[in-house]
Amino acid sequence: MEKIIKIKNLNLWFGEKHILKDINMDFQANEISAIIGPSGCGKSTLIRTLNRMNDLIPETKIKGSVLLDGQDIYQEHNVVTLRTKVGMVFQRPNPFPKSIFENVAYGLRVQGIHKHREIAGRVENTLKAAALWDEVKDNLNQNAFQLSGGQQQRLCIARALAVEPEVILFDEPCSALDPISTARIEELLLKLKTSYTIIIVTHNMQQAARVADTTAFLLMGELIEVGETSQIFKQPKDKRTEDYITGRFG
Amino acid sequence: MKRNRFLIQKFWFAILGLSGLVIAIILFALIFFVTVRGFRVINWEFLTAAPKDGMTAGGIFPAIVGTFYLTLLAIAAALPVGVITAIYLNEYADRTNCLVRLSRKAVNALAGIPSVVFGLFGLALFVNFLHFGVSILSGGLTLAIMILPVIIRSSEEALSAVPFSFREASLALGASKWYTIRRAVLPTALPGIFTGAILGIGRVAGETAPIMFTAATFFTGRLPSSIRDEVMALPYHIYGLMTEGTHPEQQAPIAYGTALVLLILVLGIDLIAILWRYRSRKTKKW
Repeated sequence: MEKIIKIKNLNLWFGEKHILKDINMDFQANEISAIIGPSGCGKSTLIRTLNRMNDLIPETKIKGSVLLDGQDIYQEHNVVTLRTKVGMVFQRPNPFPKSIFENVAYGLRVQGIHKHREIAGRVENTLKAAALWDEVKDNLNQNAFQLSGGQQQRLCIARALAVEPEVILFDEPCSALDPISTARIEELLLKLKTSYTIIIVTHNMQQAARVADTTAFLLMGELIEVGETSQIFKQPKDKRTEDYITGRFG
Repeated sequence: MKRNRFLIQKFWFAILGLSGLVIAIILFALIFFVTVRGFRVINWEFLTAAPKDGMTAGGIFPAIVGTFYLTLLAIAAALPVGVITAIYLNEYADRTNCLVRLSRKAVNALAGIPSVVFGLFGLALFVNFLHFGVSILSGGLTLAIMILPVIIRSSEEALSAVPFSFREASLALGASKWYTIRRAVLPTALPGIFTGAILGIGRVAGETAPIMFTAATFFTGRLPSSIRDEVMALPYHIYGLMTEGTHPEQQAPIAYGTALVLLILVLGIDLIAILWRYRSRKTKKW
């Protein structure tokens, strides 16, 4: 299996606060990797280093390296092209206050694609890939805020897919959704992994167990353990992992 | 004891309610008196003709036109500058930067400067130094400077009310910061920016002091033909009718009539802003 992302000796500080401590881990292509851990352990910060969203926070300091396809994203990559290769879906559905069509087309227009036929074709394909097409095909010009929360989140997934990234980061994508919408998103994740590499942060351990091929456990900024999901949940090597997944804290 | 406390609470609620009522009473009293004294002179001729017979008859049409041009120029000049400044301050500027803090303070200080001082400044800069003369151009630009802080503040508020998640979503799709501002932030902030601008228009239309030395004239029978012409203006017309001229007792009702027209215009403009804000709040879903 090909390792698409390699994190080496990654340290991150917000001001004086040491958030990520010497993280070393790899992500396999076409797999779902889950990052679990209690609130405030740095798991969101960790995936945000992968598309450099932490750059938006002033006084962030990063040491170490993150390699995407062998290239250091902090040295050799332009942040704009990086973000077209590494897409992101956020915790709360955050569609733009535009039509469904324009939401998906946004990333294409960013890339300078303006031919209506090409955009329309890609919007349709992407909405199909995000399992949303049948529900919205007659209302593409409707405002995205008219959709339900789960539909909005699938729209946000479609929006991320439209620019054809290699990797998609999911930052607790179901935490604001009901169980049925959550199930649909999980089903979608399993379908998407044939074409994309998926990294998902979740505070829901059952979710990690259901969808992830590998799972990493993060605690207070340290990577405690990473391995195949079944191994992490059945035979954790570290006592702290065991305590967390058996619900003794967190 | 318990009953006593309850009474005290009632007393203070009454005071609070009463002070709210006083504001409403003042507004209605003002509208009432201006209307009672002014409505008699208002007719079609009043709105469409120029003054005649030594300001004792005729209408105020040139003043309406003058106020319209002055306001239009002021808003056309102040809106782009104000919005761009607000974008810089809200989206780009590093809040700890010394220059940024200075310009923020300057915006606030500008808002507190008496309007007559703006008038003198406009006289010195536009009329004399830049040789624009007493004209729509000088007056409009003076008014523009005066409402700039209002527009900057309201635009900044509108921009900072745009959820950060919209910016994040756009940036995460590989958009540049400028693209994000243009396509994700500004369209969302636009209704707020425009309400601010409309309120600014209402404010500008009623100002006398800034145009007194820079644009306004007490009487001209003809309408302005260029931006370099001096004009009549509604607020200055009121001022002139009450302080100059030879027939004060005949001029006073005309002044009240003019005031009523001005009041209706300004309140009407504010009403548009309020309705617009109300509508955009209702359709907003984030």
